[in-house]
Amino acid sequence: MTDEVKTDAKKPKIPRQKMPEQDPIERAHNFYEVALGYDNDLALLEASRCLNCKKPYCKTGCPVEVDIPDFIAMVKAGDILGASWKLKEKNSLPRIAGRVCPQETQCESKCVLGKKGKGEPCAIGRLERYVADWAAVHGEGKMPELPKPTGFKVAVVGSGPAGLTLAGALIKKGVAVTVFEALHELGGVLVYGIPEFRLPKEIVRQEVDELRRLGVEFKTNWVVGRIETVDDLLEKRKFDAVFIGTGAGAPLFLKIPGENLNGVYSANEFLTRANLMKAYLFPETDTPTAKGKKVIVFGGGNVAMDSARTALRLGAEEVTIVYRRTMEELPARAEEVHHAVEEGVKFKLLTAPVEILGNEGGWAVGVRCQQMTLGEPDASGRRRPVPVEGAYFDLECDTAIVAIGNAANPLVPTTTKNLETNKWGNIVADLETGKTSRDRIWAGGDIVTGAATVILAMGAGRKAALSMLQTFGIS
Amino acid sequence: MFEILEKERIGPGVNRAVISAPAIAQAHRPGQFIILRTHEKGERIPLTVADKDAEKGTITLVWQEVGVTTYYLGTMCVGERLQDLCGPLGKPTHIENFGTVVGVGGGIGVAPLYPITKGMYEAGNHVISIIGARTKDLLIMTEDIKKVSHETLIATDDGSFGIHGFVTQVLQSLIDKGVKIDLVVAIGPVPMMKATVNVTKKANLPTVVSLNPIMVDGTGMCGACRVEVGGKTMFGCVDGPEFDGFQVDFDLLTKRLAMYKGPELVALNRFRETPRGCQCTFPGGA
Repeated sequence: MTDEVKTDAKKPKIPRQKMPEQDPIERAHNFYEVALGYDNDLALLEASRCLNCKKPYCKTGCPVEVDIPDFIAMVKAGDILGASWKLKEKNSLPRIAGRVCPQETQCESKCVLGKKGKGEPCAIGRLERYVADWAAVHGEGKMPELPKPTGFKVAVVGSGPAGLTLAGALIKKGVAVTVFEALHELGGVLVYGIPEFRLPKEIVRQEVDELRRLGVEFKTNWVVGRIETVDDLLEKRKFDAVFIGTGAGAPLFLKIPGENLNGVYSANEFLTRANLMKAYLFPETDTPTAKGKKVIVFGGGNVAMDSARTALRLGAEEVTIVYRRTMEELPARAEEVHHAVEEGVKFKLLTAPVEILGNEGGWAVGVRCQQMTLGEPDASGRRRPVPVEGAYFDLECDTAIVAIGNAANPLVPTTTKNLETNKWGNIVADLETGKTSRDRIWAGGDIVTGAATVILAMGAGRKAALSMLQTFGIS
Repeated sequence: MFEILEKERIGPGVNRAVISAPAIAQAHRPGQFIILRTHEKGERIPLTVADKDAEKGTITLVWQEVGVTTYYLGTMCVGERLQDLCGPLGKPTHIENFGTVVGVGGGIGVAPLYPITKGMYEAGNHVISIIGARTKDLLIMTEDIKKVSHETLIATDDGSFGIHGFVTQVLQSLIDKGVKIDLVVAIGPVPMMKATVNVTKKANLPTVVSLNPIMVDGTGMCGACRVEVGGKTMFGCVDGPEFDGFQVDFDLLTKRLAMYKGPELVALNRFRETPRGCQCTFPGGA
C-alpha cells in the first residue's frame, strides 16, 4: 500500500491515521482501555508520512529528547524491535509515554507536516505506543548489555514517572538504584491517579518489571520522612545521592462550606479508590467507593476528566463538570475533553461552586453555584472568571468530586534538613539539572514544578540522572 | 516480611498479634499508626500500634473485629504473613514531663493508649490510668497498663468488674476530689472521647484525643480522613492522629465514619459467605 502511494504521480497525501477506539457508548460502562492502538498496517502507513527531516524539530518538542525520526525510520524499514531500543535509549517508559503524553503540545506541535498549516502532524505518540507495545509482546528476553557496576548508589524517593525514569537512566550506566515507595504498588500517579481505561495498570507493572530485571531495587510500603529521613539515606545508609520525586500529592479543596459532607471527595481519593484499590471490582475487592447517581466534578483539567469518566463507568446516571471558565480555557488535553464529551459527560461552564448543600444525615445533596463571566486575561494568559453579582443557582448531586489541583506533599521537604522550598512548599531545584539547595540531593517532577504532566516529570528525571552521572564522573 | 509470630484472642472479637516488622519497630514512636492489607484484593486500614520491641523487630497490633479486614485478620494464623504493612505513620505523641497525666481508655482504645501511657511514665510523669469497657470480658491490657501507671482505675458500664460506671464518671470524681491534673489523653469510641472532653472542658484541663477517621493512603495524599479541628479542615493521617480535644468536631467525625456503612456490610456478608484466610480459626469453621 505504501509503495502504491510512493509511485503515484499525483502523490495524494496520506491522511493522519486514526487510532481505533472502543465505541463511546460501550466503553462508558467498562474499565477497558479506550484507545486500541495501531495495527501493523496502520503503523506502517502513518510512519510513511514522516519526512525524516534533516533538522528534526519534533525532537526539540520532546522533554526526554527521543530520536523521533530515527525510530520512525526503523518502523518504515520493518525493524520494530530496533525502533523500540531506539525509543528506550532516551525513554525508559515508552508504553506509558505513548499513552499519556500530550503530544499535540510537544513533539507533534513541532512536526513540519503540521506546521505548514495545511496538513496534520505525524502521529508520533501513536507510533511510539505501537512500537513499545509490539516490543513488549515480541521482544521478550532481549536485554541491553549493562556496563560494570560503578560502585555508586542512588536512592530514589517516590516511584512515579520522574523516579522511574531516573532509575532507568542510572542503572544503564552502572549506578545501583533503590526506589522507595510509600504505597503498596509501584508507579505513583501512574497507578493511583491515571485510570485503567487510559493506562492499564498491567502495563505499568510490566515497565516496572523491566527496570527490576535491569537491576533496580524497589521497596514498597516505605514512607520516607517517617520510617527514615532523606538525611538517614545519605548518612546512615551511605547512598551517594538521593533523588526526590514525591509528586504533588496533597489535594487542594475549595474551602467552601459543606466540603466535609459525606459524598464529597478529593479527586485523589476518588481515583485512588477506583484505580489503586480497584474499587470498581467491589465487592470482589474489599475497598468501596461512591457509586453516585448524580455526580458533579469541580475543575477542568485532566484529573477532572479522569474523575468524570471514572464516575460514569462506576454507574453514574449523570456526570457534570462544573468549570469557572469556558470550553476554550479548559486546561485538559483536547483528546481527554473529546473523549469525555463522546461518553456523555456534561459541562456546566462559567459556574463556580460557593457551597455544598447537605441533608441532616451529613450527606451532600447539591451545590450552590454562582454564575461567572470572563474578564481580562490573568497571569496564566487565560481570561479571568469574574462572579456575576447576585446570580446564584443550585445543582442537584449525591457525589461531588473536587479536582482543582494538588499542592506539594510536605512530608519529605519538611523532614529534610535545610532543604529550600518556595512559598507553595515545592522544593527549589534547578530545572536543567534537578540540583537542590542541598549537596547530594536532587529533585524533579511535580514536587518541584507543582502539578504538571507525566512526560515533564520524566524529563526532569532524565535531566537529574544526567546531572548525577556528570557529578559522579560517569560518561 | 510481616509474618505473624504470635496471636491470641484477648476478648470477644478482640485479638492481639505480634508481627515481624523490624524497620517499623525501630522507627515507631508512641501515638503512631500503621496501615495494613491482608491480601491482594484487600483494603488499606489503619491500626494504631499497641506495642513494639525494637530489639526483636516486632510490633504488636490489637484489633476488634468490625469490618471485612479486621475479621479477615482475625482468621489469620501464626506463620501467615500480611500482604502489606506500612508505617510508622502520623505524628508521634508529644511526650514530656507535664506533671500529672491522666490516660482515659475506652474499649479497644486502651491498646493505642498503652504506648503513650508508657512514654508518659518513662518521661517522669505521675500517671493515672482510667480504663473502661462495656463489660468485664471487653476489658483489655489491664495488666500492661498497670505496669506503667502509678494508679489504675478500672470501670465497666454494667458493673461486672471494677467501678460501676463510665470512665468519664471516674475522671469527674478525680477532678471533684481536687486531684491536680496537667494533661488528659483520651482514646476510645467517638462518644467516649466526646464525653471526656465535655468533662475536661468544664475543668479547663488540656485534653489530647486520638482520632480514627477513614483513611486510604495515610500519607496526606487522598484527604479521606478530613476532620475539623478549631473550624479548620485537617487530615487525620498527617496532621494527627492526635488533636486538641477541645477543638475537634466529634459530630462530623461520627458522620464521616458512617460513610461506607452500606458497602461495609456488603463486604462483610460476602466474607462470611465465602471464608478466606486460615480456616482453622474461622468462626463457625473447624
